[in-house]
Amino acid sequence: MTESPLVEVSDLTVEFEREAGAVRAVDGLSFTLGEGRALALVGESGSGKSTVAGALLGLHRGTGARVGGSVRVGGIDVAAAGPAELRRLRGGVAAMVFQDPLSALDPYYAVGDQIAEVYRIHHPVSRKAARARAVEVLDRVGIPDAARRSRSRPHEFSGGMRQRALLAMALACEPKLLVADEPTTALDVTVQAQILDLLHELRRETGTALLLVTHDVGVAAESVDEVLVMRDGREVERGPVAGVLGAPSAPYTRALLSAVPRLDGPVRTPTEKGETLLEAAGLRREFGRGKVAVTAVDGVSLAVRAGETLGVVGESGSGKTTLGRMLVRLLDPTGGELRYRGTRIGSLPERELRPYRRELQMVFQDPVASLNPRRSVGESIADPLRVAGERDETRIRGRVRELLDRVGLDPDRYEAYPHEFSGGQRQRVGIARALAAEPRLIVCDEPVSALDVTTQAQVTALLAELQAELGLGLVFIAHDLAVVRQVSDRVAVMRGGRIVEQGTVAEVYGAPQDPYTRQLLAAVPSLDPVLAAERRGRRQELAAA
Amino acid sequence: MTRFVLKRLAGAVLVLLALSVLVYALFYLAPGDPARLACGERCNPQQIAQVREQLGLNDSAFVQYLHFLQGVFTGRDHSTGTSVTHCDAPCLGLSYQNDQQVTQLVLERLPATASLALGAMVIWLLVGVGTGLLSALRRGGVTERALTVLTLAGTGTPVFILGLLLLMAVCAYLQWLPFPSYVPLGEDPEQWAWNMLLPWLTLGFFESAKYARLTRSSTLETLAEDHIRTFRAYGVGERSVVARHALRGAVPPVIAVSAVDLGSMFGGAVLTESLFGIPGLGKTLLDGVRTIDLPVVVGVVMVMGTAVVLANVLADLLYAAADRRVVLT
Repeated sequence: MTESPLVEVSDLTVEFEREAGAVRAVDGLSFTLGEGRALALVGESGSGKSTVAGALLGLHRGTGARVGGSVRVGGIDVAAAGPAELRRLRGGVAAMVFQDPLSALDPYYAVGDQIAEVYRIHHPVSRKAARARAVEVLDRVGIPDAARRSRSRPHEFSGGMRQRALLAMALACEPKLLVADEPTTALDVTVQAQILDLLHELRRETGTALLLVTHDVGVAAESVDEVLVMRDGREVERGPVAGVLGAPSAPYTRALLSAVPRLDGPVRTPTEKGETLLEAAGLRREFGRGKVAVTAVDGVSLAVRAGETLGVVGESGSGKTTLGRMLVRLLDPTGGELRYRGTRIGSLPERELRPYRRELQMVFQDPVASLNPRRSVGESIADPLRVAGERDETRIRGRVRELLDRVGLDPDRYEAYPHEFSGGQRQRVGIARALAAEPRLIVCDEPVSALDVTTQAQVTALLAELQAELGLGLVFIAHDLAVVRQVSDRVAVMRGGRIVEQGTVAEVYGAPQDPYTRQLLAAVPSLDPVLAAERRGRRQELAAA
Repeated sequence: MTRFVLKRLAGAVLVLLALSVLVYALFYLAPGDPARLACGERCNPQQIAQVREQLGLNDSAFVQYLHFLQGVFTGRDHSTGTSVTHCDAPCLGLSYQNDQQVTQLVLERLPATASLALGAMVIWLLVGVGTGLLSALRRGGVTERALTVLTLAGTGTPVFILGLLLLMAVCAYLQWLPFPSYVPLGEDPEQWAWNMLLPWLTLGFFESAKYARLTRSSTLETLAEDHIRTFRAYGVGERSVVARHALRGAVPPVIAVSAVDLGSMFGGAVLTESLFGIPGLGKTLLDGVRTIDLPVVVGVVMVMGTAVVLANVLADLLYAAADRRVVLT
């Protein structure tokens, strides 16, 4: 058999023109993908993996990017294809499943109409027939009551349903290749598992090949035969999934894999715990009144001691952020009790609360949005000092330099602005700002979820180090079960505003009592492909039960 | 939705009340003697005093305002020295100048202003949205640069200069049209349209510059969104992407701004009306202010306020119809 493979990429380079000069996003990449096979492009942000995915569909045409080398998909030379051939390629031969399911669909049209529109590009059928096809594929991807829901607008769908709808759009035209760019990154872990399972099932049924672009090694392990690890636009390592993930040969792959938090990785060694800092009893928070009232946090009780990390884990909408904000009184509780070192601070008026504000600090999720882009990072870090009444400029400068140094940044970058820093560095600035007021307790709300795994590992290590040194109490809020397991002493699992299970890491992860906790744990992607298949089976059992 | 409309209409009443209070307050703070102006140049102080008494200007401001409210809600009687005329609700009072009922006056002038505003809106929507769309699609090209210059020139040219230039070119130099004089729609629709053409073009072109820029920026914004990429990646042609998906996202802001503009034009596009001799509300308002004719000023302001509020309610309804994510409450 001399038939050429479905995808043939050789010596691909993609350059983008930037003000500072050309940036080479992809640098001499070559690979092939056979019919019905699955390959994952794995890499951290900026590695060029999404750019490669775009190149397969010729999406860089007309954007000013310079594409070199050759890309052939299903026998079509992407660079040389005429408009008609390009249209056939896009959707007909290779269909793309995009990352953010909310913004990837047109908010103004019904989901079914959008799928029908795409279908009619590739199949000359009547509107009615295309509409029927849309309902058929929506039903196939598990949208309940597909005929009716096909008339809904995207905003009326949940995140998981939108991702299913995007899969349906891709399926509608029966392509030979699915190109999925971070298809589950915006989703909760249980929903992610459902989508990956669905993808698996659909491929088994239709024999479609898959090119999966992901930063999450676990997601790749669940879904593909082969892995290509990318860094700075180049190939680092390529091979069968079990080989690359099980016995990586390149140092970068090893570093990447060791940075990935795992459910079977090392846990913290228990240390001496200090006094109880923060105590919540039956804490509640409602939003809105009357019929539209929503209870975001519904009677949560917990305690955090000095030198201890309490992990709070839950999916989106579980109330974990609302809880975190109440713990530092950024939000006022509507019920229950909150005590800080014995003082009731839950309903303390702002004036009397002031002395405690300093000792309770917060680190936010998005290090871009939580720093003022128009002020230097030094000024941002100095804010809490000024609020605390410090007026002496030299003392402020000195302290900020000390803090910058402490979180691993160059102390001379006082005058630098947030956009000059990388994501991980910005999060360090956020931590320095929280430390400035010399707090006793810091609530970290998804502090590492916007970061790459290697950066993630550095930031969590920094937090642990600071905690050991300063005896800080930490509340670590995250959706990622593996990260929480790695950094916490005790864990609280939240769902629907309540804590469904609370205990030491060993208890919660080793012998979960609540069915929801078990479901969450089963949904976490495993780095081991064999284990992943096993887990998939267990998920099906849990779903059937 | 009915609830939304009712709520907004109730709000409109409050807005109008507040507006009338404001106009009354301004009136009493402003210098000038309406009685002297109403009486004429040759009046002696006794006559002026008599006129002042007749117009009720000797009552306190508060009492005068109460009379105004009474007129609006129940109607009232006016004595004009020799006789008493009854003015039915909603009565906006009598003009100080000529004892004409303001409600009637305003209603007489409304059609001219309405025809000017609506016609101009058609022009600015066609021209403005058209050029905006074109320059969004041809961004970076010669077409876009030319259009940018034109729209900038449009925004920068005062409306009366634009109108004068048009008048000179079309009526004086080329003599394609006679100098416009207003003919009511009811009298002769064809003449009405021909005579309104220049005012429409003047006001329409002037406004369309703004709409071109608005359309351009919102189209470009939509084109940069992720869902546009989705349809491109599925082989949907560029023309379809723009016409079906990008334009759709560009429309709601245009609706919102149009409604506000339309509403405020009901207060009269003063310059355009004066330039073309259109007997509309703008001219009425101007005359009213010049002669300190409080009832006329209040009357026009009430119409303008009503138009702005109604146009906004309409805009919200249209917006919600265009974008189903919007929930009216």
